Amino acid sequence: MEKQIKKVDLIFGKVDHLAILDACFKRTRDEIILDVIDSGLRGRGGAGFPTGLKWKFAKNEEADQKYVICNADEGEPGTFKDREILTQVPEKVLAGMALCGYCIGASEGYIYLRGEYNFLLPPLYKAIDEFHQKLKKMNFDFTIRICSGSGAYVCGEETALMESMEGRRGEPRNKPPFPTSEGFLGKPTSVNNVETLVFALMIGQEGPTKFKEMGTFDSRGSKVFSVSGDTPNPGIYELELGMTLEQFVEEFGDGDTKAVQVGGASGFCVSRKDFKSTLIGFEGIPTGGSMMLFNSSRSMYNILNDYLEFMEEESCGQCTPCRVGCQQLLKGIEAVKKGIKPPSYLEDLQKLSDTMRIASKCGLGQSVPNPFNSIINNFREEIIY
Amino acid sequence: MSKYKVNLKINNIPISVDEGTTILDAARELNFKIPTLCHHDDLCVAGNCRVCVVEQKGARLLPASCATPVSEGMEIQTNSLKVRQARKHIVELLLSEHNADCTKCFKSGYCELQDMSNDYRIGDHVFLDLVKEEDKVVDISSPSIEKDDSKCIRCQRCVRTCSSLQYVSALAVTHKGNEMRISTFMDKPMNDVVCTACGQCINRCPTAALTERNYIDEVFDAIYDPSKFVVVQTAPATRVAIGEEFGMEPGSRVTGKMVAALRRLGFDKVLDTDFTADLTIMEEGTELLVRLKDALVEGKEVALPMLTSCSPGWIKFQEHLYPDLLDNLSTCKSPQQMFGPLAKTYYAEKVNKNPADMVVVSIMPCTAKKFEAERPEMRGSGYKDVDYVLTTRELGRMIHQAGIDFEKLEDEKYDSILGESTGAAVIFGSTGGVMEAALRTAYELVTGREVPFTNLNIKPVRGMEGVKEASVKIKDVKPEWSFLEGVELNVAIAHGLANAKILMDKIRAGEANHHFIEIMACPSGCIGGGGQPMPTNMEIRKKRAAGIYEEDEAMTVRKSHENPEVTEIYQSFLHEPLGHKSHDLLHTHYYPRKRH
Repeated sequence: MEKQIKKVDLIFGKVDHLAILDACFKRTRDEIILDVIDSGLRGRGGAGFPTGLKWKFAKNEEADQKYVICNADEGEPGTFKDREILTQVPEKVLAGMALCGYCIGASEGYIYLRGEYNFLLPPLYKAIDEFHQKLKKMNFDFTIRICSGSGAYVCGEETALMESMEGRRGEPRNKPPFPTSEGFLGKPTSVNNVETLVFALMIGQEGPTKFKEMGTFDSRGSKVFSVSGDTPNPGIYELELGMTLEQFVEEFGDGDTKAVQVGGASGFCVSRKDFKSTLIGFEGIPTGGSMMLFNSSRSMYNILNDYLEFMEEESCGQCTPCRVGCQQLLKGIEAVKKGIKPPSYLEDLQKLSDTMRIASKCGLGQSVPNPFNSIINNFREEIIY
Repeated sequence: MSKYKVNLKINNIPISVDEGTTILDAARELNFKIPTLCHHDDLCVAGNCRVCVVEQKGARLLPASCATPVSEGMEIQTNSLKVRQARKHIVELLLSEHNADCTKCFKSGYCELQDMSNDYRIGDHVFLDLVKEEDKVVDISSPSIEKDDSKCIRCQRCVRTCSSLQYVSALAVTHKGNEMRISTFMDKPMNDVVCTACGQCINRCPTAALTERNYIDEVFDAIYDPSKFVVVQTAPATRVAIGEEFGMEPGSRVTGKMVAALRRLGFDKVLDTDFTADLTIMEEGTELLVRLKDALVEGKEVALPMLTSCSPGWIKFQEHLYPDLLDNLSTCKSPQQMFGPLAKTYYAEKVNKNPADMVVVSIMPCTAKKFEAERPEMRGSGYKDVDYVLTTRELGRMIHQAGIDFEKLEDEKYDSILGESTGAAVIFGSTGGVMEAALRTAYELVTGREVPFTNLNIKPVRGMEGVKEASVKIKDVKPEWSFLEGVELNVAIAHGLANAKILMDKIRAGEANHHFIEIMACPSGCIGGGGQPMPTNMEIRKKRAAGIYEEDEAMTVRKSHENPEVTEIYQSFLHEPLGHKSHDLLHTHYYPRKRH
């Protein structure tokens, strides 16, 4: 089989970010937004909403103030790429925010930084100060502030993130209205992942064509992956989208890979038999970057148990399907393991997880069924015995 | 603002509704009932419980109908297979974290979760029981409100009530995930936080997580104790609400039946808080006139506007949040607490009873009255002035327990004395009522003429607007009141503590030009009190208010100062308003409290 993994260097390569911005500011907002739409760039945080459309919606809103928020609340288990981007190329992130601000008409931007990343604050503040100076010289009015998270996973959900920024409990809001019409402080807001903003900047530099040529129809461009678990080469890799899991495992596996968890605790577990048929991307299994490899020494029961413990604790607790559902799933597999409930109880739980998927208020509860069903379906024996 | 119409289909039936309407409301228009738990007509949308999910054609998710506005071309199914399965799961999940000891529960028969469980025929529990043992410890620290976390389904109605209707936020959400719960500041007991004991949370709690402390057994014990002489007083707002406990329409005027029921329950005397409401007008009205005189004639520094003090939840709110303005609060006790000491002094003497053997029971629309009765100041008679306070709901329970067929009872009259009252007293039950009663008396006292409103109905102070303002021009006064000639008396009324806050902030900022302000802690006043029958919503409260005003018009005497028993008590016992005896028995003082 031909080895097709292609490493790319769009994110971490050094560029003259100010020159890119300068060039972009000479073009109209609509031109840039069209480029971003045309490029096929989709949100890199995991949900994959088309970035250009988001910007367009926010741009079309009439408001005295709009906001750009850089979502750096990187909390998905097994994801650590945003930390690296913010460490290595903070100026590209800031420039991406300014570009978004230019496009949607916002003069204020916020970085919502994961609480555990507070060690990044001094270099980030330094970068922001320098950036502000440069923007002043360019006569572009855009201010960036940092807002520190307090450690809740759910605050990565954009509306919970804004609740948190406004000083309330980090609980997702009802949608609609969507943030692009009523976001932070009730104003139109574009919330974008760290990596997305950098890609947008690169599309601003190079135009959509080069980006569009990479990847597949639904999953254009490249993506930064956080590779961890049973692999001899853990770390961060920017790879072209469109590879199969088999290709990925060939590159990163330790030769004994039994399963890969694609997309962290809210993602899917793929077992060895499906590696070949599984595409990493929106046609197959999308990921915010987390790729965890497990070899045959791992107990899938323990892995599922860990994920559910995580979700049970990190649910904000406001909606019933998620708050109680997570507890039932966790306690349920424990009960089956101990023989308190029969193996057929797993079917009851799977039905429950279907309800969680369609009736939960936000993406957290809606995605708990992903690891649950995929692990149960693939490794039922390990859960029961 | 003209609204766009949106066309959609619900269960295949086309409907056109205003833009911004929720799916839930649109379905209601078509008479499709979608079950709800976290939704409440008085409160902002939450979308938490997810019981109201519906299926939308073409959508991946089931939207919560209470929180989702309609959109053009939408096709909604309210009872599809998918919806039924999800809804059943959600009710099962709620039951799995709910201590379903229904046979022992005070709310059994009144519980929305129980109803839903019955509707969906949820039999054997599919899922594991998640109720935590530590949650089963009920917080009974407050004399008014019991909090049982094991019954809580986290719908947050209480939280929204406490913050948005009452601006108190004694209850808030704390922790997350499986630990998420409704709690107080630093998990302190309920009697140790900013809680005003208003009980509005109880009225809106769908389960028994929040209930009133009930004293039914204690009261029955007293009734059956031959050594005790048990008298009962009934608050104005109870007589238009108690019928609801027996399936009658809200606002049904059942004063006579209530009196009859109380007699059949075995109370030795059935008396009326309305009598002391009239007395309140005499005392509070005089206090206002004295303050005005001090300000206008003597040029003294007087705390104005004067604030009414009939609502103990409101008093506690002010003690917590506006302690700097306590001087503005009238020193009059509430009618309940005026009744207590008079019963154990004046009345005890008249009926020749030892006050030590007397038990005074109140039937109140209110849970804060339970707290008020426990205040250490409320011992003017030398005994605990009011021994037990029961809510309208508790009285309903007692009547049920005693097997009395309430609806079939013949009307009976209150006992005398302390049973005579006027129309002015009964309107204390609705927002604006105290103000109206005070104006009827004060205006006439000062000018010798009736208030210049048709049929004594002072319409500007009535109605459900959150803050009401009115002015009465005083002219052609009696010579002794010459300092009030030409004065424009500015009054304001607020009900619900969030509305009270609006006025209080104005006073604090020195922007209020009012002389007299009536504040009631509960939305719509006592008729919407925390001890009133459930459910509550604006429509129900409006019906009760209508009942109150009908009751007023049906009275022969409609001005407090014309109550013959009031005249009698001043002649033979109190001598004059604000006199020495009044000071000892009918007035009190207040204390600043902590803010958390």
